[in-house]
Amino acid sequence: MKSLEELRALKAKVKNDMSLRDGSEDTRVVVGMATCGIAAGARPVMNAFLEEVSKRNIKNVQVTMTGCMGLCRLEPIVEVIDKDGNKVTYVKMNAEKASRVVAEHLVNGRVVTEYTIGAAAQ
Amino acid sequence: MLRDISLHIHDLTENSITAGATLIRIGLFAENGMLSLVIQDNGCGMSKELVEKVVDPFTTSRKERKVGMGIPFFKLACEQAGGCFAISSEPGKGTELKGSFVIGNIDRLPLGDVGETVGMLIFEKASIRYVLSMRAGEREFVLDTDEVKAQLDGAPIDDFEIVQWIKEYVNESVSNIFGGVLDEIT
Repeated sequence: MKSLEELRALKAKVKNDMSLRDGSEDTRVVVGMATCGIAAGARPVMNAFLEEVSKRNIKNVQVTMTGCMGLCRLEPIVEVIDKDGNKVTYVKMNAEKASRVVAEHLVNGRVVTEYTIGAAAQ
Repeated sequence: MLRDISLHIHDLTENSITAGATLIRIGLFAENGMLSLVIQDNGCGMSKELVEKVVDPFTTSRKERKVGMGIPFFKLACEQAGGCFAISSEPGKGTELKGSFVIGNIDRLPLGDVGETVGMLIFEKASIRYVLSMRAGEREFVLDTDEVKAQLDGAPIDDFEIVQWIKEYVNESVSNIFGGVLDEIT
């Protein structure tokens, strides 16, 4: 059974971690989460991003959600936007692809071209 | 189509967030062989004309596309499982949405991962007060994110580990309350 003591212990840990953060979140990961996205499986994708970012202790990435991007047939869609506003759009995502995008794009700075909207159009 | 009720909750609650709600109540109640879902918000509400049209899939307020499937899908899911759907709204006050399902109906959607839904909503907009109530017979559970925030005393509720804890806490309670009531939960 989960207890409030556990929550209090977590609180202390999280507060401690917070003081280590410098508040610079320069890359944004945006997951489409409208009816179309949810139906196509955006939730496991969102989870995979949150989990990988937390596991790898990546500090400068913010994972957020948005509504429909108007391309329902290509959902789940994920946009990665760097600090200069450059956007990479990944389409037809799943949890596995999300882990790879974290490892290659967010950590190593290499766009995973085969998952991008450009590759899907060809 | 959305595969389970937790996905519908997530999808419908997105509408409340878009409506600018600061308080969203989600209720799941099992009684007399029926499961009902109630979502109430204090968002901007809808005009009478829009409320009447909202079950039509070709009604939406967004500009990216011309269809809005969330509410029609949910209404269909209720009616296919022997239940019914109702929505009421008042501009400036908020919206209330109710759907029911016959628990034993073969077409009733499974409940799904309710903890995950709550977690996603917190990640999406942590400033909103979410109140989740679940009840079956004598068993009852309420999660109020304002109460959790009071316990956290300044630590962010949308921290990954805290949300993980909330998810597990909710799902444990789902088993406690609906185990033996909804046949998919053991």
